[in-house]
Amino acid sequence: MEQPLQKRSTGRLMIIGFLSPTILLLLFMVAYPIISLVYYSFHNFSAMRPADGMTWAGLGNYEYLLTDRGIWQRFVFTGKFVFLCVTMQMILGIFVGYQLQKTFKGRDFLFTALMLPMMLSPVVAGFLWRYMLNAEWGVVNYLLTGIGLPKVEWLSQATPALWAAAVVDTWMWTPFIALLATAAFRGIPETIYEAAEVDGASPAYVFFRVTLPMSAPVLFIALILRLIDCFKQYDLFVAFTGGGPGSSTETVSFAVAKTAFSYFYTGEASALAVILLCIIMGLAMILVRHLSKMGER
Amino acid sequence: MARIDLKDLTIRFGGFTAVDNVNLTVNDGEFAVYLGPSGCGKTTTLRAIAGLEQATSGDILFDGKRVNDLKPSERNIAMVFQFVSLYPNLSIAENIIFPLKARGMAKAEIARKLDWVTGVFKLGDELKRRPAALPPGARQKVALARAVIRDPAVLLLDEPLSAIDEQFREEMRWELGHLQRELGVTTIYVTHDQREAMSLADRIVLMNHSKIVQVAEPDRIFFQPSSVFAGQFIGSPSMNLIDLVPVAGGLRLGDSPVVLSQSELPPGITARGAVKLGIRPRDLRLVSGEGHALAVEDTFSVGRERFFTFTVSDQILQGTDHRTQPGAGSVTLVPEGMMFFDAETGLRITEAAA
Repeated sequence: MEQPLQKRSTGRLMIIGFLSPTILLLLFMVAYPIISLVYYSFHNFSAMRPADGMTWAGLGNYEYLLTDRGIWQRFVFTGKFVFLCVTMQMILGIFVGYQLQKTFKGRDFLFTALMLPMMLSPVVAGFLWRYMLNAEWGVVNYLLTGIGLPKVEWLSQATPALWAAAVVDTWMWTPFIALLATAAFRGIPETIYEAAEVDGASPAYVFFRVTLPMSAPVLFIALILRLIDCFKQYDLFVAFTGGGPGSSTETVSFAVAKTAFSYFYTGEASALAVILLCIIMGLAMILVRHLSKMGER
Repeated sequence: MARIDLKDLTIRFGGFTAVDNVNLTVNDGEFAVYLGPSGCGKTTTLRAIAGLEQATSGDILFDGKRVNDLKPSERNIAMVFQFVSLYPNLSIAENIIFPLKARGMAKAEIARKLDWVTGVFKLGDELKRRPAALPPGARQKVALARAVIRDPAVLLLDEPLSAIDEQFREEMRWELGHLQRELGVTTIYVTHDQREAMSLADRIVLMNHSKIVQVAEPDRIFFQPSSVFAGQFIGSPSMNLIDLVPVAGGLRLGDSPVVLSQSELPPGITARGAVKLGIRPRDLRLVSGEGHALAVEDTFSVGRERFFTFTVSDQILQGTDHRTQPGAGSVTLVPEGMMFFDAETGLRITEAAA
């Protein structure tokens, strides 16, 4: 009796010993920042003026934020951006993915080429496109005038800037959806398609009735990942408009950064970040639950 | 319903010839079973009839009309695949009516047909469930229901029972045979299982190395195999094969002292080159007493049946004796069970040919 008991406790010690560096690192990297973020969010505090100290604000920061019309405008703008991006990316990505599932010559090359935008840093892509979208000498307006259309002030108005950013984000991330969609489509057994062919179903019927529903779990994951990523979009608007004109192209993330590092309202920025975190965690939880359900199957 | 003709059908994949110059007629309402070892080209032939493979040369005719260039959906065929090919995202009922819906049939007509098929296959309880919730045997039943619901001219079955557990397979086999006779649909069935072939087929099409070896009714293919391959592929335990050595007065069984005299042999056979004797285990008898030179080595019984082995020319041969009072110790051959094959070509020497 004694022998195995002792063995087990040394085993447990060993496990703790091996895990502790990782756990400590995780605590330091994840738990500490989150806890201090929540802590700051309940205080009036500016990182620029540590001498003023920290005063308890309770829910004051949250109350201020949630009653401020400016922040709702940022949420609405972010929502529009997310909706545009995700809709365009999903539709285009599924379409491209469907084309890419067929085996043809040059497929591998095309695949790699399509991945390139995804490999750019978002800020780099942002500046690249800012030049292309320049109203006076940008290549986009050059092409537009070439086919007889008027020049568009892409980056100095809110709505065109929103569309431009959504298109650029779509340009960057459609390949990602396409990649996942192709993998999902290719995972459907050939006999299912053959059965459908024998059953006399048209390609469109097969696509909407069989291919798409069968790939839905994977496409859903792609959708959630894109939702999360688009929701925290910041870089593109920094590069394109700097949030302007006024604050009309500021996303929620943008507002967090500006509040924290331009105005140095650390407490208020923390509160906003906590709200953002909750939304993203909610989305992530759907994703994780979905993934574990897929694992069980 | 339809008659199917294959005319000089050849299918190549690159350098590999999967189906080599096959000619065959399957009559209207007939149950034809393609039988052969894996890789013999039976599934490829079936897929070509379905339109899922292209014929390299030769013609496929349905009721005399060439269908080579028709898509699978235009051939009015239905098919059941070896591995489950149900749509996992659809319920059983939706799976079964899929071909009708895909063709845009009226709702009332679909409901009527679903009712009919549900009754035939006794599927009532399963209709609302998903394929994943059913055992493999039941899934294949659903696939069969999906196949017959639209009254196809031809029913194609690609080893439909091979992925099902033993017990359920037996049951499905009887049901399938019964159903086919009831519907009277022209059916082509592919299998490597001789028991399935023997019990289901009106005619067996035996294939080997991309070619048809023999086409015949189950009984005839069993009692009159056209070649060593046909003789050995069908029947279990497998047919024994013994080299015959010419000696004065007849042919000797390998290295044994047993000599088949002229009177026991088909006329003219001694004049031929090398000949082999084929004899099924069931055509061997256990006997007691002197004068029989084939000595039994091992015996065991399963119920009333006795299994035994003996050796000729270093080959272990098998016999089964199911008589109530078999002898012990020696083996004799039942003369009617003896079949003679040309050792060169493997073809059977029939009395007419000899």
